[in-house]
Amino acid sequence: MKAEEGSFFILHPSSFILSDIMSTTTIETRERLTPGAASSAISWDYAPSLEATDHFRLASRYNLFIGGKFVEPHSKKWFATINPATEATLAEIAEGDAHDVDRAVTEARRAYDKVWRKIAPSERAKYIFRIARLIQEKSRALAVVETMNGGKPIKESRDIDIPLAAAHFFYYAGWADKLEYAFPNRNVSPIGVAGQIIPWNFPLLMAAWKIAPALAAGNTVVLKPAETTPLTSLLLAEIMQEADLPPGVVNIVTGAGGTGAALVSHEGVDKIAFTGSTDVGKRIQRATAGTGKKLTLELGGKAPNIVFEDAPLDQAVEGIINGIYFNQGHVCCAGSRLYVQESVLEPIIRKLRDRIMTLRVGNPLDKNTDVGAINSRAQLEKIQELVDSGVEEGAEMFQSACSVPDKGFWFRPTFFTGVAASSRIAQEEIFGPVLSVLTFRTPEEAIEKANNTAYGLSAGIWTEKGSRILKMASKIRAGVIWANTYNKFDPTSPFGGFKESGFGREGGLHGLAPYVKVS
Amino acid sequence: MPRLNVRKTYKLYINGEFPRTESGRSYAVMSKGGELLANASRGSRKDLRNAVQAARKAQSGWGGKTAYNRGQILYRIAEVCEARAAELIDELRRAGSSAAEAKREVEQVVDRWVYYAGWSDKYPQVFSSVNPVAGPYYNFTIPEPTGVVGVVAPETPSLLGLVSRIAPAIVGGNVVVAITSESKPLPAITLAECFETSDVPPGVINLISGIKSELVPWLAAHMDVNAIDTTGVVADAIAKVQQTAAENVKRVVHFDGASIGWNDARLSQSPYAIFDFQELKTVWHPMGM
Repeated sequence: MKAEEGSFFILHPSSFILSDIMSTTTIETRERLTPGAASSAISWDYAPSLEATDHFRLASRYNLFIGGKFVEPHSKKWFATINPATEATLAEIAEGDAHDVDRAVTEARRAYDKVWRKIAPSERAKYIFRIARLIQEKSRALAVVETMNGGKPIKESRDIDIPLAAAHFFYYAGWADKLEYAFPNRNVSPIGVAGQIIPWNFPLLMAAWKIAPALAAGNTVVLKPAETTPLTSLLLAEIMQEADLPPGVVNIVTGAGGTGAALVSHEGVDKIAFTGSTDVGKRIQRATAGTGKKLTLELGGKAPNIVFEDAPLDQAVEGIINGIYFNQGHVCCAGSRLYVQESVLEPIIRKLRDRIMTLRVGNPLDKNTDVGAINSRAQLEKIQELVDSGVEEGAEMFQSACSVPDKGFWFRPTFFTGVAASSRIAQEEIFGPVLSVLTFRTPEEAIEKANNTAYGLSAGIWTEKGSRILKMASKIRAGVIWANTYNKFDPTSPFGGFKESGFGREGGLHGLAPYVKVS
Repeated sequence: MPRLNVRKTYKLYINGEFPRTESGRSYAVMSKGGELLANASRGSRKDLRNAVQAARKAQSGWGGKTAYNRGQILYRIAEVCEARAAELIDELRRAGSSAAEAKREVEQVVDRWVYYAGWSDKYPQVFSSVNPVAGPYYNFTIPEPTGVVGVVAPETPSLLGLVSRIAPAIVGGNVVVAITSESKPLPAITLAECFETSDVPPGVINLISGIKSELVPWLAAHMDVNAIDTTGVVADAIAKVQQTAAENVKRVVHFDGASIGWNDARLSQSPYAIFDFQELKTVWHPMGM
């Protein structure tokens, strides 16, 4: 089995409003404000506002984090990790193999038996609070590295990914000595060693989603970051050291799909938590069948974003834009199927066309950038292939006219109209900045169409009518429903899917359940 | 000649400031050995009223902060108390505790703040509900802070007792006017300096030192106080406080520290201590196309 990195994921935060992040104040002014002769003293050219990168230093090479120390990989091989916006190498990363996974699991088991399960829960909490505080202290460096390694706009990593990662540790720290209130009248105990495999779209945030509840419940961890985005996980390893977390409680083994597969199949692992594509998730479910390992899966999505005619249209358009173009569309809960009530199709399309032209695409380190780089060449090719299929299947394509840099991986914000319900772009997860626009007439039709997919991760509903929101929410088979908003995340709020979007929840009280035995 | 030390004036803590009592009165606080430690402020009815007024003004802002924000401020109090542990231990020792007792009490004070900080964004998850009513309605019940809480701190442990009663009140979005231990008020006033450097907004916690028999009846009678914690009220005065509280239907809460003790965290800290100062609100909303 090959566990290549997943495509899907998620994220959370607390008090951030994504529509603020994708602000209309960044409207492109180049065309309208071309300087004339009279104003030749003033340049109206766009002036980038680049985030500084001189306040931290990356090592040239990162080893595996096992037993509290950075150790060389058994393979003695390292691979380059790049900046997808420039294709420049940022550092060399250790290629962990099954031997390294075994070492990590052994250390995690030792730490579990000898230290972590024996520590008073209130003391466990204090370690996790320390981690939260250290992430807050180092937030800017983490944000910049996240942006350089993953391609996401700095305003997203700075305002969403990193603060939410800290918030997640803060939230679960508090649960460590309160588990009896989450599972009343039962004995609550940890499971043991958790193997966790995370994707590349929200690297540090996904690490936080996985590690924080596992530690709070008393488990130890072996984490496998995504192949293309290992850097912030390794900086997190340094934070674990700085927090004096006992050696072996968290181990981080970098590598590609084979490394993840070794972790999934290791007999010493008691629980697997995976976030990634539905395809890989199914393989993991088969691989763990009959082994007694507990499993949670956070998989793909093809979320319906449903706009009724009574919705505040400008607000809805901002929600649609945020829903699909946030993080270049590399979001498992992206609102990638837009369902518009027929009576408002024309104004919605017009506003969408205008709005995508104003999205600033380019250097992710520019604080004005709305849409950054595609995470990898492979993902760019996958997006292009699906977009080509949409054109071939007869849908009409609209694309932003923005220019993109010569180097790096880029895809212009795109949407399709005239999309057939059965077409690939209406059924398959694109995981890029590509929206399919479809229509409906009645609420019943909207429900039927929204549910007509194998996925069930999330959905959006736009209407002024509260009773309709609640009725629609009760009928849509999805784990998260956003009403008159989209892409909201918070550590206290459970996230996860119905159907082939996976099972288990991350976040909130319910996010503890995957990491405890209740007897 | 050795340098002469500068002594601290122990004043009240109202609205984020350290005023002297408006009454100008003080009372002598003595050590175990009978030496004068300091002249503490002997707070008055007017001081209490000022404190309630400040608290009321602070409530909507404090209760309106996100749970995450309140949790971080409580955690910050823990950080500052830990950093100033030596000073707090010194206060407790001067008030009569042994070195070991004082150290243990301060460690528990820090841990209690951490414990309640962790509850800030969790008690609503434990105490709220979605109610499956028999009809096309979405129906849920959520806790909300009751408002201004009067706390009468126990005489001893003067610091842990006070913290154990005010932390669950404020983590739930309430604001507090507390009457400190009458015999050992000084550690509490030094603790206020920790609040003042922890981003606790002015008026959220107010501390009045003085003579309880003088102050408690006014706190119990104040019409803008929503709840009163009688933990530190002498046994034979509790019934009177309960009667007085009926005037504006105050919630009356009591923790029997004398029998339960304060040192066993399992018994002396609990989310139900937060729940005691919460109102419950049920919302009905129709469901339909």
